[in-house]
Amino acid sequence: MINKKYLWDVFKKISLCRNFELDAFKYLNEKKIKIPTYLSAGQESISASLAVICENIKVKPLIFAQHRCHSTYLSFGGSIDKLILELLGSNKGCSYGMGGSASIHSEKIQMYGHDGHMGTQVPIGTGACFESKKPTLVFMGDASAEEDYVLGALGWASTKKLPMLFIVEDNNLSILTEKKIRRNWHIHKVAKSFNMKGYNISDNPLEIKKYEKYFFKEPMLLNINTKRLFWHAGAGIDSNKTFDRFKLIKKSLGPKAEIKDNKNLDKMKRLWKRIYEKQ
Amino acid sequence: MEKNLRETIKDTIRKHLKTKKGKVFGQCLTAVGWVGGTLPELYEKDGMIELSMADVADGGFVVGAALMKSRPIYVIRYQGFNWYNCPMIINYACKSKEVWKIPCPIFVRSIAMEGGIGPVAGSSHHSLYYRMPGVKIVSPMTPKEFKSVYKAFMNNDDVYYVSEHRGSYDNKLELKNIYRSKPDLVIFAISITRFNALKATLRLFEEKISISFINILWIKPFQVSKQSYLDLKKSKFGGLVIDDDYTDGVSKSIANDLTLKTGKKVFTLGLKDKTAGTGKNLDNIPPNEEEIIRFVKNIIKINV
Repeated sequence: MINKKYLWDVFKKISLCRNFELDAFKYLNEKKIKIPTYLSAGQESISASLAVICENIKVKPLIFAQHRCHSTYLSFGGSIDKLILELLGSNKGCSYGMGGSASIHSEKIQMYGHDGHMGTQVPIGTGACFESKKPTLVFMGDASAEEDYVLGALGWASTKKLPMLFIVEDNNLSILTEKKIRRNWHIHKVAKSFNMKGYNISDNPLEIKKYEKYFFKEPMLLNINTKRLFWHAGAGIDSNKTFDRFKLIKKSLGPKAEIKDNKNLDKMKRLWKRIYEKQ
Repeated sequence: MEKNLRETIKDTIRKHLKTKKGKVFGQCLTAVGWVGGTLPELYEKDGMIELSMADVADGGFVVGAALMKSRPIYVIRYQGFNWYNCPMIINYACKSKEVWKIPCPIFVRSIAMEGGIGPVAGSSHHSLYYRMPGVKIVSPMTPKEFKSVYKAFMNNDDVYYVSEHRGSYDNKLELKNIYRSKPDLVIFAISITRFNALKATLRLFEEKISISFINILWIKPFQVSKQSYLDLKKSKFGGLVIDDDYTDGVSKSIANDLTLKTGKKVFTLGLKDKTAGTGKNLDNIPPNEEEIIRFVKNIIKINV
């Protein structure tokens, strides 16, 4: 019963993110979005699950992310209007038209913008956690995890026993270079060698939930295997052969999910249209 | 009794930790020597934070702490270490206010030293930060200057790059500008070169060569007195900017600004365009008194 409610709450967020990204894809294709854009479609279940868990355990973490973070921002309650405005290049956007897709920022949800250098959010988030002692959630990709300063940050977070959760959204690709070409090691094992908990799991919300008991009690790293639906940047599809977590969950929840998703689809279409036409 | 620069820095750090409840970050702070005696003997419980030896990540930790409004002081024991420590300071902290309207003030105490240490991390590296927006660069060499810089930082929300030099820590004297009514040349000196440039100025005066001597404390934004510009305008042979960094950086930029403002030729003198070595005659140290005198005489000879 608890899992059913949890899964439903997660689905609502995934559906919101997915429909947002589908519209962003459309606007990119039509060249109405003119800035470099990194769509998170396919990976939404990670941030959606974490956001629901944080709500349930009543934790409002500091959030540090990088590019491909639209779903992080939306899942944790960032303003949809402001994200659309940011992608359209408006100075009323969530990063004042300065940051764009890769530097999403929101004071409201304590999400700090990113500077564009992969992985810098990891040491910066670690420093913020050290100073504030607040629960801190840091997202990175499987490529960022290879940055030397990320490893230094994991080591220090462990040494100082900081209440941090490091999430590696592992889509196996750096642009299009697969992980096996870039390295022969696993980041969850590296985390373990730094004396912190480290696990390699799927982006199934129920699997993510299994680890909530450790959240923010001590540093922990979850390497979460996922699939991105679209190109590294822009509007395009790498492959049709990928699994889609969103579709799997939607199917498992039945007609109610279909109805909710259609509502989100309409809501997003209207929002995008209204904001675009106002520009 | 008047305090020297070393003691002044130490007092300032103590005040930052004890009164302002701030933090000081760095590597090997509590080791023997306490960074040239510029740190009070305090520890993590007091806010003196020993970082790991992961230089690049360390810069990021300090940026994160600054985002939480803690106004950290970051001690970088050799300025050359900035090649690894500065990326997140320059690319995040310096931009944060402009991009996200979140100030990220950090007081970077960056310390120069050279002579006999080879191709390592010595000398001043303020040019490394200079080209980027959102940073203020100062080079205090006297107790009063250091106090004024700290005060300015605490009343401001920018990143401060404080270009120190170990050679100045014993100094108790305040360095004053010297203005001349009709100077032959105006010397603008930065960091440790101010001491040798002052000596050279006084010796040249004895030889009837009239030099105005201007101390550069504020490198970015560049600030000198109005009288300095007037002296340069009136000068016979223009100006000379002397620096403890390579000349392809701060000194040439300042020289260009001075030329544009006054129409006078401004020369530069600093570290030579070569790597320092440990062997005899292979070092690369800031210009000494004799070199400055020779350089000035050469300018005058060329322009006569």
